[in-house]
Amino acid sequence: MMDGPDVGWYLIVAAILFGIGALGVMLRRSPLIVLLSLEIMLNAANLTLIAFARQQGDLDGQIFALAVMAVAAAEVAIGLGLIVAMARRRMLLDVDQASALRG
Amino acid sequence: MGNVLVWITWFLAAAACLGTGVAVVSMTNPFYSALSLIGNLASLAVLFLLLSAEFLAAAQVLVYAGAVMVMFLFVVAYLGGRADAPWAGGPPLLRAAAVVAAVALLVEIVVVLGLAWGDDLTDPAEVSDSFGSPAEIGEAFLTDHLLAFEITSIVLLVAAIGGVVLGTTREKEEEVA
Repeated sequence: MMDGPDVGWYLIVAAILFGIGALGVMLRRSPLIVLLSLEIMLNAANLTLIAFARQQGDLDGQIFALAVMAVAAAEVAIGLGLIVAMARRRMLLDVDQASALRG
Repeated sequence: MGNVLVWITWFLAAAACLGTGVAVVSMTNPFYSALSLIGNLASLAVLFLLLSAEFLAAAQVLVYAGAVMVMFLFVVAYLGGRADAPWAGGPPLLRAAAVVAAVALLVEIVVVLGLAWGDDLTDPAEVSDSFGSPAEIGEAFLTDHLLAFEITSIVLLVAAIGGVVLGTTREKEEEVA
């Protein structure tokens, strides 16, 4: 027996959070904000994994969430590296402008 | 009584989570955006605690809200005024399409949840008090999921090297900058 809300309520929060993050990724043009919105989406997925881990009473979901966290940290490191490299080259910080993969 | 308290905690954490999420997406100053994300991560950690994921809640605060976001704030500070992110344009049709796509995603998930609600999403499994404790997570990581553990370390190493490579200036660029 679980105190408080059923696991489904957590999943709904995660779904709304994922929607907000997706909106941010699609609407905003600053790479910094896009990166932050991506983090929101990853965390929504994490919340889902942990909610199901609790539902099933199985730790595998939590292990998966930890792996997602590590990947998110790696993604931020690379993403920020790219943004700094863009700024150094005097490029406009706009994801719509950075459409060609050449230095 | 405990039940009501859990509901209140859940509601506050969920509201904070969604509110700060909207703030992250809508702020024009990335510094405030990043600060809102710290709030978002903290309230998510509360939800993790309610789902008896103690170790993950601690890791969330330490790794994410601590280390990752500090790195982020440093980069925003380094960029200074150039980091500003006004709500500039894009074709209106594209923006409308983005909103439609996000809402469609949300509706899809909620409908699926509604369908599964009756049988799969109530009556969670019985778990012991040590479920999600560092000891249990560590044991699972180092026995059943050893390969995932090792691959994670390699991913982080590659990302660290990649970050250094991307951040290194070459002589030619120094002159421009």
